[in-house]
Amino acid sequence: MVGNAVFRVEGLRKSFGHNEVLGGVSLELHAGEVTVLMGANGAGKSTLVKIISGVYERGGGTMALADQDFAPKTPAEAIRAGVVTVHQNINDGVVADLDVATNLTLDRLSGKGAPTLFNPARVRREAKAVADRMGLAIDLKARVSDLSLADRQMVAIARALAHQPKVLILDEPTSSLSSAEADRLFALIDRLREQGVAILYISHRMSDIRRLADRIISMRDGIISGIFDKKPLDYEGAVNAMLGRKIHLDQIVVRNSAKAILTIEGLRIAPGARPISLTLGDGEVVAITGLVGVGKTALAETLFGVRRPLAGTMTMNGKPYAPETAGEAIAAGVFLVAKDRGENGIVGGFNIQENISLPFHKRMSRFGILRRRLERATARRQIEELGIVCRSEKDEMSELSGGNQQKVMVARWMAQDAKLFILDEPFQGVDISARRDIAAKLRASANGRATLLFVTELDEALETADRILVMSEQTIVGEHRNADVDLDRLLAEVAGGPLHSAA
Amino acid sequence: MTLRDHAIRYGFIVLLFGLVAYFSIAADGFVSPQSAVFIFQSVAITGVLALGVTATLVVGGFDLSIGSVATSAMMAAAYVMVVLEQNALVAVVVCLLIGAIVGLINGWLIVYMRVPDLLATLGMMFLLVGLQRIPTEGRSIATGMTMPDGSVANGKFSDAFLALGRHRFDFFIPNLIPVSVVVLLVLAVLIWFFLEYTRFGRMMYAVGSNERAAELAGAPVKAYKIWAYVISGVFASIGGILLAARLGRGDIASGNNLLLDAVAAALIGYAVLGAAKPNAFGTAVGALFVGILLQGLTMMNAPYYTQDFVKGVVLVIALVFTFALSGRGRR
Repeated sequence: MVGNAVFRVEGLRKSFGHNEVLGGVSLELHAGEVTVLMGANGAGKSTLVKIISGVYERGGGTMALADQDFAPKTPAEAIRAGVVTVHQNINDGVVADLDVATNLTLDRLSGKGAPTLFNPARVRREAKAVADRMGLAIDLKARVSDLSLADRQMVAIARALAHQPKVLILDEPTSSLSSAEADRLFALIDRLREQGVAILYISHRMSDIRRLADRIISMRDGIISGIFDKKPLDYEGAVNAMLGRKIHLDQIVVRNSAKAILTIEGLRIAPGARPISLTLGDGEVVAITGLVGVGKTALAETLFGVRRPLAGTMTMNGKPYAPETAGEAIAAGVFLVAKDRGENGIVGGFNIQENISLPFHKRMSRFGILRRRLERATARRQIEELGIVCRSEKDEMSELSGGNQQKVMVARWMAQDAKLFILDEPFQGVDISARRDIAAKLRASANGRATLLFVTELDEALETADRILVMSEQTIVGEHRNADVDLDRLLAEVAGGPLHSAA
Repeated sequence: MTLRDHAIRYGFIVLLFGLVAYFSIAADGFVSPQSAVFIFQSVAITGVLALGVTATLVVGGFDLSIGSVATSAMMAAAYVMVVLEQNALVAVVVCLLIGAIVGLINGWLIVYMRVPDLLATLGMMFLLVGLQRIPTEGRSIATGMTMPDGSVANGKFSDAFLALGRHRFDFFIPNLIPVSVVVLLVLAVLIWFFLEYTRFGRMMYAVGSNERAAELAGAPVKAYKIWAYVISGVFASIGGILLAARLGRGDIASGNNLLLDAVAAALIGYAVLGAAKPNAFGTAVGALFVGILLQGLTMMNAPYYTQDFVKGVVLVIALVFTFALSGRGRR
């Protein structure tokens, strides 16, 4: 153990209504250590983080920072005390309409001792210092709204680091970063660790955890279910403590498909990209993997009619398929579970039932009038099918955990039979057990349609797919049958660079 | 449900009944069919406008041009009958067309020209306020008026048209319910049913809550938005028809308060039954609430110039109900 605890939490409790989310959580963070917090969605991680960062009021218990009582009433108070949090939702961490420089120095605009006048030159100078310290290679004059998600994330983290925190909390910081960007983040975390910052790192990604963790704390159902700090760390034990059951990699029985459903020929999705040709078969689950920004979403949107291809043809069940709108794609039996459910999927004002029925109003109505009984029955059936944890189909979406929200998104599109079922990053921000539920459901129901997944995480592809395609630079660069995958070749294809094979 | 939930859900309805009870005791003659009808009649035109603007609020927009659409329709009706000497049907059709066209233009500006809704409809409001004065060079329209070219307008409001503002249906008591109240009730039921029970209404709410999700669910989002403004424009022009029929002339100075009153009614509607979103039932109750309050105060001899203040107070309280107490968006 390295020195004393910088940050200590004792018997923390929190309830929302009758629903107890935290049932007495105690943990310590040490200076110069990365403590990884693992927990399934709904375990209470996010609530814990929000209490520590001053967003929620705690229901009971104590917190201490450097042996001083720590009770932030607002996020600003927590930050000033030296407890800085980078939240999972990237857009909470940046102001989209301002430029990068102003974002990096935003917190110096207010609080005691902040100058009254806004001095752009000084802001840019300070921002440059912050950016240099963490090796941020982004144009400081660019507007944040023009940046990619990954760059925004880096800005949000850089902004948090501008405070020189004693305690840094990172909530799933790599969920939208490419591996090069993640490496930059890890290098930075290493440096902070050397400087004696106590880091709480929340993640589902085993590769991150293996790379960073000094200690692992597992949470389950609002309590700490295991603390692992003996080297070498017991990763399986930590996962087991989090899930409460022995996990074993389900061996997939790989299927081959005889009947083609969708055939793509010479499809070009970006200027200068090499054309894509592929065939998706009946009953087959195909995963397309690749780094962030290689065109996975562009391909998904092209198949779904939201984006027009530059060239090429698509054929579905022998007939030409060229959707102009999402509506046409849906009518043709092509469904898409879009990535980033908060932005592209969930209708916040609607409850579970209304969210599930959203794309199928026409099929669920008579003379334009919605058949509510049918709508409710469908929602109930889907909740049952996917094992969505909720009180009833009338629950608000905001009351659900991330994993259950994602299950609702999948349930929405599984309410009717698809010919081609596309899921773009369906496991983003989803805990392992929900991920397994969804994957098992996809495989069990795969007959009669082609299923196409877009995932960045290789593990997710290996766990769910019959066939794995690799994307790089807006095109498909490799194909693997998920039986005896040559991981070295696959990883080389993912990493891109010059292709050695005859092209 | 906790006490707080009950307060949010039924608070405004209880307040409404409390108000009625109080006025029944305090103000002589408040409890009578005539008084009730008067209240309905006083809110009929603003109520119709408010129901229209509710449609734009549902898709996450706003329509500031409804007041000027209504007055433009009123002036157009008068012009058609008095100057062009046409019959009531032509006047009504022209008014409805004006509403639909303005709605289409609003929708086009917002959806295709990407002008923010408040600004687009604000611009349209100014445009219409000016436009309705051009044909008569800023004069009100009445039979016998002198036109800019020196001729005298000899047409008159047809009896059929005036009946829209003056005829009363028998309802237990002879000559009780004015046409405008019937129009209000019919439109309220129609838009309520449309928004709550049809797939089009449901998708409009989806568009208002998460446009991108609605689009990826296959909805023609742009069309829904434009339709919302067309609904708003047409409802506003119906309000204008009722106004013209009540006044019997094209009065350049009337209808100043229509926009604010209608918007207030729609926003008060957020608080009714804890909906915390635009809804037709709430809008109707919101309009009634204002009507009852003003009628009661008037019967208790409160001076007319306090009316706007009272409306403002009610609106602010309703907004606190909606946004602070119901706690939407906090968790």
